[in-house]
Amino acid sequence: MYVAVKGGERAIENAHAWLAEERRGDVAIAELSVEQIKSQLTIAVNRVMAEGSLYDPDLAALAMKQSRGDLIEAIFLIRAYRTTLPRFGNTRPIETSEMECERRISATYKDLPGGQVLGPTFDYTHRLLDFKLAAEGAPTSAPERKASGDLVPHVAEFLNQEGLIEEAPRDDTTPPDLTREPLELPAERALRLQALARADEGFTLGMAYSTQRGYGRTHAFVGELRIGQVAVEMDIPELGFAIEVGEITVTECETVNQFKGSKSEPPQFTRGYGLVFGQSERKSISMSLVDRALRWEELGEDNVGAPAQDAEFVLYHGDNIQATGFLEHIKLPHYVDFQSELELVRKMRREAGADQMPEAAE
Amino acid sequence: MQNTDNIDRQTWMSLMAKAPDGRMSTLLAAQKIAPKFDWLRPPEVGSVMVRGRAGATGAPFNLGEMTITRCSLKLESGTVGHGYVQGRNKADAQAAALTDALMQTDQAEAIRNQVLTPLGDEIKSTKDTRARKAAATKVEFFTMARGED
Repeated sequence: MYVAVKGGERAIENAHAWLAEERRGDVAIAELSVEQIKSQLTIAVNRVMAEGSLYDPDLAALAMKQSRGDLIEAIFLIRAYRTTLPRFGNTRPIETSEMECERRISATYKDLPGGQVLGPTFDYTHRLLDFKLAAEGAPTSAPERKASGDLVPHVAEFLNQEGLIEEAPRDDTTPPDLTREPLELPAERALRLQALARADEGFTLGMAYSTQRGYGRTHAFVGELRIGQVAVEMDIPELGFAIEVGEITVTECETVNQFKGSKSEPPQFTRGYGLVFGQSERKSISMSLVDRALRWEELGEDNVGAPAQDAEFVLYHGDNIQATGFLEHIKLPHYVDFQSELELVRKMRREAGADQMPEAAE
Repeated sequence: MQNTDNIDRQTWMSLMAKAPDGRMSTLLAAQKIAPKFDWLRPPEVGSVMVRGRAGATGAPFNLGEMTITRCSLKLESGTVGHGYVQGRNKADAQAAALTDALMQTDQAEAIRNQVLTPLGDEIKSTKDTRARKAAATKVEFFTMARGED
């Protein structure tokens, strides 16, 4: 129950003033610029864009500064801003086969057309703190080599040639949009993918990890992981043709899983798919595993009751803004609710004769 | 408009949409031309829903939105220009729309040489550098010689 109460305005104002002061921190230290955040904390900026579901690195960096580095708060700010924007339309689906790959690896094929390109990865670093970074150093420069300029084919295409992998036939149905219609179940795959693309990284990781540990076993291989830039094309009504309206960095992951076959399908490999804004490798692999786990019904697999197979559980709990909104609201005044609970507990105690019982401590 | 003209226009509009923040307005301002125009649609910031495909090739799904700024204007000659740029820079959108309009006039060649070509070269150079850095991280596998041979 909510009852309007007055008071606390000055306390709130002063709390916000103090928040601003704390955000700035020690004034003897140079203020962090939005540009610095954008260019030096890029992975965090990418996470805010992915989960905020709005690709705009400047806004994501600003939100991070405003939120003092609280990424969920920053995502909240981005989601709130997003709702103020008029939507000009929908783009054509991005063509990740035309990606300018900065990283592209496969755990299933060693020698594949286009090769294994490591890109700017944390993999193979020793995870030892680098104290040199604590001091300002001269900028380093990465070596360069002649690039072929060729497009990099998807790994799934090779398996397709042998008919060993489930195909993803082209289809141009209009996908449902959970930002326009509330998420309802049963949710088709397009809706699940939209929800997962903006779901909390930690939640998605935990769900994916649970499938690896045996809760709905899906022994996945990373067929391919690629990070790079893709053009975003959109049909422009006043022109009568499509133009590229921008370019975004995305991370795409395709996992392959062994599949015993079903009444209608021969034994083959099935696929899970992850696609996330920015360089967001952990999230895209996680998304791919969870996507695959949620496809049990369509593939005729058993529901073993694993959390990651439960679309309602995954889709209704993966959004960190919905989750934090509901979770954090319990810290706001609930004086009247609590008062009624207090009355109820007193009444129950009277009825149970608890008031007559000797206190245990006495 | 001829189809080849459409392809040409599609190319320059796509190029301007991807220009780094502030670059379009700087490049056009350097031309020291300020043609008079009327707004058909003043610059407005909005979003577009970016779509992907399940399994890269299958059914489309909504990946998330991106910010876009667009505007439309008409030169005194009646030529209409449209500007679409990624991000929220209204000055860039205006410069893109003016460039689009001027590209349909007898100033096209000068604009192409002094705005579009340099912009294209800059974007290409940035991309090429990143592609060369990526190429340098390509793994060269080799088989270790075995002792028993």
